[in-house]
Amino acid sequence: MKNTDTSASVSPAWLLVFGCWLIATIATLASLFFSEVVKLPVCVLCWYQRIAMYPLVLMLPLALFPFDGKVIRYAGVLTLFGALVALFHVLLVAGAIPESAQPCVADIPCSETHLNIFGWLNMPMMSLLTFAAIGVLLFFANTKINRGHLE
Amino acid sequence: MNKKILFLSTAVILSLAFVAATSIFQTQQETKENELANNNANVVSRSGSPSKGAADAKVTIVEFFDPACETCAQFYPLVNDIIKKYPGKVKVEMRYTPFHKGADKVVAMLEAAHLQGKFWPALKLLFANQQGWTRHHTAQPEQALQLLSSLAIDKQQLQTDMMSEKVANVISQDVADAKTLEVRATPQFFVNGKPLTRFGYRELIDMVEDAIALAY
Repeated sequence: MKNTDTSASVSPAWLLVFGCWLIATIATLASLFFSEVVKLPVCVLCWYQRIAMYPLVLMLPLALFPFDGKVIRYAGVLTLFGALVALFHVLLVAGAIPESAQPCVADIPCSETHLNIFGWLNMPMMSLLTFAAIGVLLFFANTKINRGHLE
Repeated sequence: MNKKILFLSTAVILSLAFVAATSIFQTQQETKENELANNNANVVSRSGSPSKGAADAKVTIVEFFDPACETCAQFYPLVNDIIKKYPGKVKVEMRYTPFHKGADKVVAMLEAAHLQGKFWPALKLLFANQQGWTRHHTAQPEQALQLLSSLAIDKQQLQTDMMSEKVANVISQDVADAKTLEVRATPQFFVNGKPLTRFGYRELIDMVEDAIALAY
């Protein structure tokens, strides 16, 4: 079976990758909104997470037209990297990692948060959840494609 | 085909949402800044601050500035032009906001020069040679002091005043007022107590012209 469908039909794998793009784009616009419009300071760890998130916005559409399942490998690596940095950041904010382990410049401490919704949903937490959601969708997209190969 | 439509319409919707959110936020921010300045009208201006222009001018520009700030240096001749363009109608008052590292000492020098009536020549000299006494956005007070010694100024007195409690009090008052007014970047302008919410030279001129039209 061929995965690159040229027909008008929307395959589940295509929709899943599209979902990843949607999530990544919303996350990118939200992060740009907070740093460029609200002018919240951006710490070093946030930049590392941005490095993993922003390319997805441009990369995933290339794999949607026409559909190319290989993108899951490339996007997966970025997502894993972003999720690890986000996890480190979450632990740092929560105080589970001591201050001395901070790789931050003195001016903008990464252990400080500027936005707290419900008291726990801060920026690094949102980042971690976003990377996790993208990871899950990519995983399912991969499963769909593999199943398609077996059939 | 419907996939492309789905993708493109999503992209357009997200972009529009971003623009709308930005616009809403900025409008709210402007309202907030205006309210803040209104509620703290008494701290925008401080008597004794260095000023230029006619004392009875009905339009007062208050500038929160940092001598090490590059944009402040660029705005210096522009603000002078405004005062010259409307003689007798506009004056500018300078308030200290030393945000750059090391700028607190340079600001103390300026206030000490102000005590000798030499604030403006000192500021002009510092702005004109800003590259010479700042390195990587950090002020080098020794070099600034050396620069100021070329002025016709009592150097001994300047050095004493720099360290004086009087000068320190003036600066801490300005810094405290800047904090109250939530001045986050320099230069920050207030025209007759109202903040310049959208930064830019054209915007400043428009605001001053509106204030002149209102006052005269």
